[in-house]
Amino acid sequence: MSFIELKNLGKSYDKQRSKAVSDVNLTIDKGDFVVLVGPSGCGKSTTLRMLAGLEEITDGEFYFEGQLYNQLSPQQRGFAMVFQNYALYPHLTVYENIAFPLRIRKLKKTELDAKVRQAAELLELSGLLSRRPAELSGGQKQRVAIGSAIVRDPHLFLMDEPLSNLDAKLREQMRRVIASLHQSLGTTVVYVTHDQVEAMTLGSKIVVMNRGKVQQVDSPSQLYQHPANMFTASFIGSPSINFLEVNMLKRPDAYQLISGPSILRLTNQQGERLAQRGFSEAPFILGVRPGDISLVPTNGQEDMRVKIISRELLGSKMVLYTENKHSRLTVLSPVNYKLFSGQEIGLRFDLVKALAFDSQSEENLFSSLSSSPAETSHNQEKASV
Amino acid sequence: MRTWKRVSAYFFVLPCLALFGVFLFYPFAKTIYLSLYKTNNLGQAQIYVGLDNYREVLQSASFHNSLKVTLIFVFIVVLVSMLMGLFNALLCQKSFPGIRFFSTAYALPMSIASASAAMIFRLMLDPTIGIVNKLLGLNISWIQNPHYALLSVALLTAWLNSGINFLYFSAGLTTIDETLYERASVDGANEWQKLFRITLPSLRPILFYTLVVNIILAFQSFGQVKILTSGGPGESTNLIVFSIYRNAFFNFRFGTAATESVILFFIIFILTLLMFRSENKNNSPKKESK
Repeated sequence: MSFIELKNLGKSYDKQRSKAVSDVNLTIDKGDFVVLVGPSGCGKSTTLRMLAGLEEITDGEFYFEGQLYNQLSPQQRGFAMVFQNYALYPHLTVYENIAFPLRIRKLKKTELDAKVRQAAELLELSGLLSRRPAELSGGQKQRVAIGSAIVRDPHLFLMDEPLSNLDAKLREQMRRVIASLHQSLGTTVVYVTHDQVEAMTLGSKIVVMNRGKVQQVDSPSQLYQHPANMFTASFIGSPSINFLEVNMLKRPDAYQLISGPSILRLTNQQGERLAQRGFSEAPFILGVRPGDISLVPTNGQEDMRVKIISRELLGSKMVLYTENKHSRLTVLSPVNYKLFSGQEIGLRFDLVKALAFDSQSEENLFSSLSSSPAETSHNQEKASV
Repeated sequence: MRTWKRVSAYFFVLPCLALFGVFLFYPFAKTIYLSLYKTNNLGQAQIYVGLDNYREVLQSASFHNSLKVTLIFVFIVVLVSMLMGLFNALLCQKSFPGIRFFSTAYALPMSIASASAAMIFRLMLDPTIGIVNKLLGLNISWIQNPHYALLSVALLTAWLNSGINFLYFSAGLTTIDETLYERASVDGANEWQKLFRITLPSLRPILFYTLVVNIILAFQSFGQVKILTSGGPGESTNLIVFSIYRNAFFNFRFGTAATESVILFFIIFILTLLMFRSENKNNSPKKESK
C-alpha cells in the first residue's frame, strides 16, 4: 500500500466541455517531495486543490494510506496548505495566525504556546510574533504561512506556488528554507510551481503537466536527460532546448543528419537506434541543448552558419539567439563582447547528448518503447542513449 | 497668479457651501436662537428667556418619557435591523440560483418610503382584519395597546433600515479574501468557526460604521410614528422627534421644540463621539506595535 495513490484523477467543470485535468496517475511515498510543474493553466493547481478537498474530484480516485478520500471535506483530511497569496488573517497577529489551526482544535494553552514558539523559532519569526500581517514583508508573510502549516504536524503538506509572489533573491532564500524544513521534518510535500528551476532544485519526484495531462513523472536528472516528449524537453532546462527538423541519411561509415544545407554527424549508436525504429530515411525532430552547441570560425569547417539576432548576458555565460533560413537556434556560449547582432557565426554541434523526437507524436525516439507518459518513468531508466 | 489660484479654489467650494449654509447651518443657528426665546404662534421669537426653556424641558415628565421611549426604540431598531441586515447578507454571501431575487428582496426596504410602509403595516397590524393576527392566531391590538405599540413601530423601522444594512454588509463581505476561507477549511475550521473567526472580525470596520449610521437613523425616525401611532396610545410612542413635531406644530411652542432639537442634537453628537473614542481605543494596540 502506497502512502498516496491517485488513480485516473480528473476534473471537469462542465460535462460538455473538455476536462481541466484528466487521468492523473501518481503514487507518492511517505517523505517524498513531489513537485507538480507546468505552464499556467496546465491543471497543476487544480490537482493540488483536489488533494486539499477545495475542489471536488469529478473523476478517478484519491487514496490516502489506502483509504478513499474523494468525499472527505478539507476539514476531515487533516492536511496543511500554503497559498500563493499567503492567506494570512489580517486581523490576527503573527502569533495568532500560526496558532490558528491549534485554536480550532482547542489545544491546551501551554501546549499551544510551546508549539507556536517552536515553529516561530524554526522559521526565525520569534521577534515578529506581535506584529500583524500588514506590517510584514513578503518573505516574512510566507514564513508565517508556512509556520501555521507546520505547527500542527500535518500528514501532508500542500503548497500552491508559495514563492511566486516573492522577488528573485527572496525566492532563492525561501527555497532553501523549504528544502531544509522538508529535510528536518520529513513530512510528505506536494508542491505546485510554474518555475522549472524551483521544481528541479526542490523535488525528489517531478510531475510535468501540460493541458490537464501528466507528461512525465521522474527524478530531476532523468527529466533533463531523458525527457519523454518535446514538451518536457522544452519545459525543463534553461535556456530552452533547440528543435531542428532533420532527415537522416545512412552512409557506410556514419549516420548523417541533413538540415537545409548543413550536415550533422550522429553517433553510430544513436543512428542505429533510430534506424531500428524506421527513421533511416524519414524526417524527425532533433533536440539539442544550447550548451551543446559551440561557436567556431566561419571557415568552412563549421556545422552550420547562422546570424546573431540578439544576445543576453547571464554573467559567466552568454545566450545568443541566432537564425538562418532553416532554423532558429539558441546558443549558450562563454562571454565574448566582440559578438554583435547581425554578425554571421559558425556553429559546431555536439550530438552525444542530443535527443530525437517523432514529429507527429512528439515522443522521445531514444526511449526504448513508445509508451504512455505515466509508464515512461520506468522505461526511461532502461533506455540508453 | 498663485493668490488667484488659491482664491479661485474657494469658488469651486462655494455652491456646495451655499447649499449647506441655507439648508443646514442657517436652520441650525436659528434653532439654537429660538431655543432661547418664547415664541408667538407664528414661530417668531418674542421674549428672551435664556436657558429657561432647557430647564423646563429637562424637568418635564413628558420629555423624560420621550427620552426613555426613544432609547428603548433606538435599542430595538438598531439591534434588530443590524442583525437582519447581517443575517440576510450572510445568506447571500455564496452564490445560488435565484440569488438576484433574494438580494433584491433584502435590499428593497431601503427604497420604500417610511410613510407608505406604515400605511401598509397599519392594515397588516389591524386587530380584526390584519394578516399578522390571522397568521399568528393571536388577538392583539398591536397599535392600540401601549405594551405593543412601541415594539410594532420599532420592528417596522428595523425592517425599513435593514435594507441599507444588508447593502453595507454585502459590500463588506465581498472584500474578504476567499482564500482565507479556503485556508480555514484546510486548517479544520467549521462554518461557525469561520463566521466568528474570519467573517465577523473582517467586518469589524464596516460593523462600526453601520452601527453609528443606524443609531443616528433610528433617532430620527418620524414618518412611521406619525402615521402608525401618532405618538400614542397615551405617550407610549412619543419619540423625541415626534415630540418636537407635536410641540412645534400642534402646541405652537416653537421655543420648546427648538430646545428639544438642540438636546437631541447633543445626545446624538455625544453618543457618536463616544463610539469613535472606544473604536479608536480598541485599535490603538495595533498602532503601538508599529
